[in-house]
Amino acid sequence: MIHLELPLTKDKIKDLKTGDLVYLSGQLYTARDAAHKRLFEMIQQNQPLPFDLKDATIYYVGPTPTMPGQTFGSAGPTTSARMDPYAPTLYDLGVSCTIGKGYRSKVVQDSVVKNQAIYAVAIGGAGALLGKCVKKAEPVAFEDLGAEAILKLTVENFPITIAFDTQGNNLYED
Amino acid sequence: MKEISVTRIRDAVTKMVQDINVNYPKDIYQLLKAASENESSQLGKDTLQILLDNADIAANEHIPVCQDTGMAIVYVKVGQDVHLIDGDVTQAVNDGVAAGYEAGYLRKSVVDDPLYDRINTKNNTPAIVYTEIIPGDDVIVEVKAKGFGSENKSTLTMLTPADGEAGVIQTVLDTIRNAGPNACPPMVVGVGIGGSFDYAAVLAKKALFRDATIPNSNPKYAALEKKLLKLANETGIGPQGFGGDTTALAINVEYFPTHIAGLPVAVNISCHITRHAKEILS
Repeated sequence: MIHLELPLTKDKIKDLKTGDLVYLSGQLYTARDAAHKRLFEMIQQNQPLPFDLKDATIYYVGPTPTMPGQTFGSAGPTTSARMDPYAPTLYDLGVSCTIGKGYRSKVVQDSVVKNQAIYAVAIGGAGALLGKCVKKAEPVAFEDLGAEAILKLTVENFPITIAFDTQGNNLYED
Repeated sequence: MKEISVTRIRDAVTKMVQDINVNYPKDIYQLLKAASENESSQLGKDTLQILLDNADIAANEHIPVCQDTGMAIVYVKVGQDVHLIDGDVTQAVNDGVAAGYEAGYLRKSVVDDPLYDRINTKNNTPAIVYTEIIPGDDVIVEVKAKGFGSENKSTLTMLTPADGEAGVIQTVLDTIRNAGPNACPPMVVGVGIGGSFDYAAVLAKKALFRDATIPNSNPKYAALEKKLLKLANETGIGPQGFGGDTTALAINVEYFPTHIAGLPVAVNISCHITRHAKEILS
């Protein structure tokens, strides 16, 4: 079993292999469709971004609202492929890991290898279990997007499986 | 004439959308449990166990099973001897959805305009509402909370009669393979055969409302369901696409007469949760 502290600097991820189960602890950022669209527009217009992309981990998730008395809601991964048009740019700007579920394009995989980054998957539909790994959630940007707002999450032992490693292996093609 | 207030329909919907989002449907849980015992891949087995653990956490701690708490799809089957009173039935359903998603701390996932503004309606309405007139004096309300990771992988194909059973099987398997890990396997698959372009899709959705442990009442279609399930599980996609022999938990087929020239086939993909519930108001 592999445990890693966030942020995932390049030296921490270079030896990870496709299929490895890794438990993450530390801070990551949430962003899905609408937040990506806005981030991308900000990048194109050279505007300052709401968080530092260097060695950042982005989790593709739109959680349920947090019930009173609980720390966080249900928070499983959404389909990564919808973020494919944006992912290479974000990897180029320093993102070291994205987490979602499912297949991604060859373009994204090439970008992962080029940037010596990773793409990981979390268990789709295990939202209650994954949500319980979240110990703290802070709003970062786009609160008007509701479930699609960018949050900074502090997670503990958040389980992911490496799908694309730095060497060009693909979990779904073996 | 028997009167039933639409407020009862509203309240039933409010209760059901909350219930199905935290409590796994019994049929699906039973199939998932059986699959976890029979799965031959260790990673697949572990993954199925995580899904069972997730179901237990959701129910015990009242956290939605999945963060995609779905778009509500509601069938209101109204007995022809019933007079619905106290307002507009579609409005009552939407009021029920809005109240349930708010009270249950469920995610609001509906946008108003599908193409341009895509602004979240903030209360998960409108629901997709189907009304049907049935004999008798009951009102049957059926609710699904449909996630879109799987909905996006669904297909509609206009086969020709010559394509026959082999064509149907090919279409279903192609759809399942293309869905792969994106649809959160093990999947539940609804297949609609016959009718028209639009009705085949309705049949596929109806198939997903049926208890997944009960085969089609027509032995020929029950055999087709069994054959499709075996082939789906031979694709090797496995739980979450990590490999294994549990790619689908169930394949439900519904059929309807069609035109001499046609063989429409709709494949509605659903995930390992497939939330559905039914209440009879008499």
